[in-house]
Amino acid sequence: MRAFSYERAASVEAAAQAAAHNPESRFIAGGTNLLDLMKLEIEKPSHLIDVNGLGLDTIESTAEGGLRIGAVVRNTDLAAHETVRRDYGVLARALVAGASGQLRNRATTAGNLLQRTRCPYFYDPNQPCNKRLPGSGCSAIGGITRQLGVVGTSEACIATHPSDMAVAMRALDAIVDTVKPGGERRSIPIADFHRLPGNTPHIETELQQGEIITSVVLPPPIGGKHIYRKVRDRASYAFALVSVAAVIQPDGTGKVAVGGVAHKPWRIEAAESELPNGARATVSILMADARPTDQNSFKVDLLERTLGAVLAGARG
Amino acid sequence: MQFDKPATTNPIDQLKVVGKPIHRIDGELKTTGRATYAYEWHDPDMQYAYGYPVGAAIAKGQVISIDSSVAKQAHGVLDVLTTLDLGDLKKGKMNTARLFGGKQVQHYHQAIAVVVAETFEQARAAATLIKVEYAPEQGAFDLRSELDNATMPDPSTEPESSTGDFHAAFVVAPVTLDAEYSTPDQSHSMMEPHASIAAWKGEEVTVWTSSQMIDWWRSDLAITLGIDKEKVHLMSPFIGGGFGGKLFLRVDAVLAALAAKTVGRPVKVALPRPMMPNNTTHRPATIQRIRIGAEQDGKITAVAHESWSGDLPGGGPETAVMQTRLLYSGDNRMTAMKLATLDLPEGNAMRAPGEAPGLMALEIAMDEMAEKLGLDPIEFRIINDTQVDPEHPERPFSYRDLIGCLRLGAERFGWDKRARPATRREGSWMIGMGVATAFRNNLVMTSGARVTLDQEGIITVETDMTDIGTGSYTIIAQTAAEMMGVDIEKVAVQLGDSRFPVSAGSGGQFGANSATSGVYAACVKLRDAVASKLGFNSADAIFENGQVRVGNRSFPLSEAAGAEGLVGEDKIEWGKLAETHQQSTFGGHFVEVAVDVYTGETRIRRMLAVCAAGRVLNPITARSQVIGAMTMGAGAALSEELAVDMRRGFFVNHDLAGYEVPVHADIPHQDVIFLDETDPYSSPMKAKGVGELGLCGVSAAIANAVYNATGIRVRDYPITLDKLIGRLPEVV
Ligand SMILES: Cc1cc2nc3c(=O)[nH]c(=O)nc-3n(C[C@H](O)[C@H](O)[C@H](O)COP(=O)(O)OP(=O)(O)OC[C@H]3O[C@@H](n4cnc5c(N)ncnc54)[C@H](O)[C@@H]3O)c2cc1C
Ligand code: SF4
Repeated sequence: MRAFSYERAASVEAAAQAAAHNPESRFIAGGTNLLDLMKLEIEKPSHLIDVNGLGLDTIESTAEGGLRIGAVVRNTDLAAHETVRRDYGVLARALVAGASGQLRNRATTAGNLLQRTRCPYFYDPNQPCNKRLPGSGCSAIGGITRQLGVVGTSEACIATHPSDMAVAMRALDAIVDTVKPGGERRSIPIADFHRLPGNTPHIETELQQGEIITSVVLPPPIGGKHIYRKVRDRASYAFALVSVAAVIQPDGTGKVAVGGVAHKPWRIEAAESELPNGARATVSILMADARPTDQNSFKVDLLERTLGAVLAGARG
Repeated sequence: MQFDKPATTNPIDQLKVVGKPIHRIDGELKTTGRATYAYEWHDPDMQYAYGYPVGAAIAKGQVISIDSSVAKQAHGVLDVLTTLDLGDLKKGKMNTARLFGGKQVQHYHQAIAVVVAETFEQARAAATLIKVEYAPEQGAFDLRSELDNATMPDPSTEPESSTGDFHAAFVVAPVTLDAEYSTPDQSHSMMEPHASIAAWKGEEVTVWTSSQMIDWWRSDLAITLGIDKEKVHLMSPFIGGGFGGKLFLRVDAVLAALAAKTVGRPVKVALPRPMMPNNTTHRPATIQRIRIGAEQDGKITAVAHESWSGDLPGGGPETAVMQTRLLYSGDNRMTAMKLATLDLPEGNAMRAPGEAPGLMALEIAMDEMAEKLGLDPIEFRIINDTQVDPEHPERPFSYRDLIGCLRLGAERFGWDKRARPATRREGSWMIGMGVATAFRNNLVMTSGARVTLDQEGIITVETDMTDIGTGSYTIIAQTAAEMMGVDIEKVAVQLGDSRFPVSAGSGGQFGANSATSGVYAACVKLRDAVASKLGFNSADAIFENGQVRVGNRSFPLSEAAGAEGLVGEDKIEWGKLAETHQQSTFGGHFVEVAVDVYTGETRIRRMLAVCAAGRVLNPITARSQVIGAMTMGAGAALSEELAVDMRRGFFVNHDLAGYEVPVHADIPHQDVIFLDETDPYSSPMKAKGVGELGLCGVSAAIANAVYNATGIRVRDYPITLDKLIGRLPEVV
């Protein structure tokens, strides 16, 4: 870990300004991902700006009947919130499927969205990795890829986004609200928030330097059955091989986003029209462009079967 | 004391303290954070410096140059020691790969430098400033592609055995099985990383470390440093797990000692978790072929077990065929091991080396064979039980009640509820039961102890035995209390210090039986000393309630001790009983699993182990050993695998996020039953090892349960869902 300086910003705007001034700075929220990466010098900020204590820790209803979730609301608190449990069950279930109780007590909404990939080569600074060191090459391709992406991948990177929470938010059409260094606010639909790797896998989101997430807004509740199904090698405390976040209506229509397969929570709205026709039809559209490796081609099959379980659960 | 005749009645048989469910005497220290682990020694008068190790970034080749000039200028840095500064250090006797020194890189993350700084953070930061130039070489990393190059290992490993004519018998056997199995490389993944502190006083060095085997480490550290063994003092009173990963000297101790000498201050070095799987040893992967031939009635007539594994040059094979020489009857048999040269990190002992992977294969084969014969797998094993070493029928087992384990287990587990494969469903769960035999030899090692009686009547035991979380402190205290006729509160136990008599150490499940026998021997000496001080004939003296009594004369022990105290010191040495009698431990593992019909996720529902391992010295600590081992076997069956990058030659998932050991949610319900037995051939304690028995066979019981649930036979561990998914029933 490099030596770094630390400040507690006085306001959201001041935090954004401070970050814009120093391109080597990072915001720190729960620190559960950033600090681990700093210890390995995968992240090397010279300056940390603490975004706790800026009043971003509340959950409130919006005028439209939706829910505004502050950027530093802890994953534990969000999962336990009454409205979330009642109206956005898929989100509560996704949250508690992630990490461990201790981590969720620290982890925040914004930090969870921005957590970085778990590709093992990304974590080993001896190995080439385009995401860690742009242009150095991708050592995962041709290596150990069982956990890695099957769709939306590129020649430069086949990593996945590891979040569970984000997959549920994608199914719920969440909006990410931010403040830019100049004070300008913007609202980014979660569909556009994370990027595919392309030739620039080190650029993971639409955020600009210094742009700070203030909240995530959920649209008004849409009813339906809320299911989050995470499939993994052990019963807890592991990242998803695949996961499915679904809101299924009594007539069999619904919304579905999937995790563990791509550089971002994966959803193709067009696939959802096939939901009444079952998992196979839906997944054949979701995974139409899949380019799995020998080691992870099982994920396509697994996804179909997992969605099958979800749809059966929604009926039952 | 020479143990060369079966034990007769002795004071241990009173079982006033031994055999009782006594909680760990060191438990309070541990749960209150007062047990000092290696890295935690803190003497306010010592100015500790911190060393951070740097591992090689290539798997094989040479270090051409190391530029540490920038690192040396970094804040707080005291010095940087590189492998090129030292030339070739001598290698410890027990190490295959060199730990440090010289330009050769033999495996990934082999240590090439240590940065020493005022703080841990400064040392870690500076470590990334070191620039290394390598000349990489092509290595061999894929066991399967090296099979044809594999050769017969050193004869000292007894790589082959043969009795009767296997080939002839196999060809004519009416029912046969010929199958291949594989087990992956595995990592010990104990909680406490390798860690050491070294401090020099003149030419003498004291090392606080985390070691299972004090004397092996001491000898090998002396060799590596090029100093007399007498100049090395080692301390390892508390150890946060080892599983074989701390049997042999590791680089943290070497780097701490070298760095402390260089900077003239005590230095602490711990291995960072991501460096452990590639820097240290691991359980090597195996490929095994098993052939079994039987008569229609289930009698095995032919059995062959072959195993291939790999290691660095100079290393040894994973002895996966050993149990097959002893476990089941059959007149025509052969076993063979082949060893390939691989440039992966050093393969070496991990809990139940040999038997763990060997039974993972053999006990699936037995299940397959039972099915072919139309026999219940328990009955098939019972039909082929043997009371003699099948390769040397003149050699009986000292005591063997495998049948008792299997029968009792079947009854308690509800084995009769087991259905035909893939027929039992609960919602989307496919339910199955599996069974396997547990088998591990009872090894023994010379073990010494010193026992002192003081004028307060306190008995102090000193031995360099280690407690790796197993309960050594407690069973040693129980042994001394039983022998001297005092309450356990009157016994103090000091372990893990090289100034104490050399013990068996912890490994090979020899620790408990050997070390307590050593304490027994020392206590016999102390009883003699007490008796002779009081003018008694030792054989007539009765030690009880803190008194020693002959006829109606009795004295408190404290009085016998007097101001100067009394000492008994001895060691247990083993005669030839193991040559005439095969000593082994036995068990039956029973497992119920549920496999999700959609996803293929396997979740264990309940586990039972019935063990027969001689006298149980303490049912609490023995049970802990077995449930811990069952948990380890669950990981081996379902998730643990070091993933080898065949191009770059290293274990890719080298941290606890990528190498998945079981978590609590994976282990819902475990039961352990010990058969009430004693084995007078094993030791004066009449006990045997249990520490590894619980791991042996359990993974195969899980594999067999998965088969029973799904009808899908997976012969390559771990049984992850991708190996099932293509063969699960249609669901969508
Ligand atoms: C052992 C382990 C297991 C885990 N398992 C899972 C799992 O199964 N599923 C899962 O989903 N997650 C898992 N996680 C990841 C965990 O969810 C994330 O570490 C956590 O959500 C990150 O939140 P944080 O607040 O701690 O982020 P931090 O570490 O503080 O920050 C992460 C990133 O977000 C940036 N950031 C933080 N706040 C803001 C803001 N307001 N605006 C702009 N940028 C910001 C930081 O600069 C940093 O780059 C696991 C983590 C660990 C360590
Ligand atoms: S897949 Fe992406 S993160 Fe992984 S090594 Fe390749 S570039 Fe790096």
